[in-house]
Amino acid sequence: MADSKQKYNDRQLPRAVGLRRILRWFYAACALVFLLDIVIHRHVYHPWENLWFFYCVFGFVACVILVVVAKWMRKPLMRSEEYYDND
Amino acid sequence: MIELPSFAIFFIGAVGALLLRGRILSSWTIAVPVVSGLFLVLSDPTEQAINVSVAGIELAIFQPDRLSLVFGYVFHIAAIFGGIFSWRMTNPISKASILVYAGSALGAVFCRDLISLFLFWELMAFSSAYLVICSGTSKAARAGVRYLTIQIVSGLLLLAGAVLHYAQTGSIEFTHMGLTGTAALLIFIAFGIKCAFPLLHNWLTDAYPESTPDGTVFLSAFTTKVAVYALARGFAGTESLIYIGAIMTCFPIFYAVIENDLRRVLAYSMINQIGFMVCGIGIGTELAINGATAHAFNDVIFKGLLMMSMGAVLYRTGKINGSDLGGLYKSMPKTAALCIVGAASISAFPLFSGFVSKSMVMSAALEEGYMIIWIALLFASAGVFHHAGIKIPFFAFFAHDSGIRVKEAPTSMLIAMGIAAFLCIGIGSFPQFLYGLLPYETSYTAYDTTHVLAQIQLLLFSALAFVWLKLSGIYPPELRSVNIDVEWVYRKGLLAAYNTSAYIVQTLILYAYSLLTGLVKRSYRGITRITGRSSRLANERTVDLMIVSIVVFFAVFLVYHLINL
Repeated sequence: MADSKQKYNDRQLPRAVGLRRILRWFYAACALVFLLDIVIHRHVYHPWENLWFFYCVFGFVACVILVVVAKWMRKPLMRSEEYYDND
Repeated sequence: MIELPSFAIFFIGAVGALLLRGRILSSWTIAVPVVSGLFLVLSDPTEQAINVSVAGIELAIFQPDRLSLVFGYVFHIAAIFGGIFSWRMTNPISKASILVYAGSALGAVFCRDLISLFLFWELMAFSSAYLVICSGTSKAARAGVRYLTIQIVSGLLLLAGAVLHYAQTGSIEFTHMGLTGTAALLIFIAFGIKCAFPLLHNWLTDAYPESTPDGTVFLSAFTTKVAVYALARGFAGTESLIYIGAIMTCFPIFYAVIENDLRRVLAYSMINQIGFMVCGIGIGTELAINGATAHAFNDVIFKGLLMMSMGAVLYRTGKINGSDLGGLYKSMPKTAALCIVGAASISAFPLFSGFVSKSMVMSAALEEGYMIIWIALLFASAGVFHHAGIKIPFFAFFAHDSGIRVKEAPTSMLIAMGIAAFLCIGIGSFPQFLYGLLPYETSYTAYDTTHVLAQIQLLLFSALAFVWLKLSGIYPPELRSVNIDVEWVYRKGLLAAYNTSAYIVQTLILYAYSLLTGLVKRSYRGITRITGRSSRLANERTVDLMIVSIVVFFAVFLVYHLINL
């Protein structure tokens, strides 16, 4: 049984039982805090905080940039595990 | 009550540990910090001051104040949960070095002169290097030696700075100095090495992941936090620290995303967390210093919890690479749950400990008008959730099923993680207990709608980005690999530089040799061409000509003399 599960790769994960339900709740939570931005008045210190949905957009964009740049960094920086073995 | 400084209790405990074996030894290692902690809590340590006079110099070896006590308390907590976590490790020398390490960390924060600080600084270096080396592999031994070398360099810089400072001011008191002059700069760099400033950081990510599952728990608690304390004491309000701190929060998260060894991911994430503290120290207002110390306090606990959960995984599976793990929540559900508590704390989820301290530093940055720094810290906050909050639990316990089936972590480890998790949630939910310990009086409230909503939005949408990147296949897979960092300079670069320069010198010598021999050969050939057997000078005609010319010469000479007679 363990062997049969090993062949699932990461992209097949959503098919796993229960995950869809968790994701649905997660999307609902995202939508909720997104909408709360309109309702709740915030004390603002930084000018950017005045922008609508600032923290939502910032969090999403920051993480996409982080991952895309990090992925790109692999090209010049990544070596095999044995790279330092002869040091 | 008798006056007994904390470090002395630990050092006596370390001697005792060498004599004990088995479970008694393990209990002893837990009892020592408990006893020392009780001493600290029950007596009023700020009233005590123990000075020792050595060779005419007054050493203030034990003089706690509010700033150092915050660190003192959390070091005791870390020593206790670390001691419980390492219940199954019964090597007396390891246990003794753990106690020496914890004791010298306490000595370093409670002393108030530069010479004692130097002594404790170096004791920490040696005892902690043993924790790396005792892991037993040759890889760990080499990493341990590199670690020790860098720590000793830091200590020597501190000593040089202290001596210079004494020569200039006639005082060895360790107090606020600021970046004024060479002595202060040397001390600043010494602290900077231990604090893992950018470019000086690589010893941390190199050595910590090589230690034993329990050794890393202690390593992550003490060394860097002592450096944070030292910066807060000596260099609060130094503006360059703000920028250094901001860089420290941002650059390691990129490495953490692509790193495969999950304990190394945590090591990078540690630099990121120290960045928040360094930034707070640089801002230097009461709120910022409070934030930095509170965050150091929380970081010891939540980073300890995360390191313990990964240590438990390593202990049970023998594996720690993200590419080898996955699906462990089935085998180790309790460890997974405790790891998630640590992940939520480091990500600064409301009701978890990171939230109540990180927001202090960020508020201080905004109050003082450091807008760009605030953006950098916000970016780092989103990033830390991404790589430590999601990546660590996800790749270890969920992701694809690696097929590994092991037992749940041992009870001792679960108890240690449970204590840390309890503290994470306790401090996060009732921050006033922590705020009461901080160096300055504070009326700061972390829980208002503004903070809470902003943080939840930031975190949930960071998570949304992770889900999207993962489902679309953009997220980089965990690969067996190492990533080049500054360590390349001394692990490969210096060797390559040595080889290259050796090659250049060798080539130059060979060229000079060939040039010289060529010159000799050519001049020999030239001489033989002029004077050799077949040369013009050696044929019959020239010999005759020479005899004739000599005869003519003597004839001319003779005639000349005859004329002059």
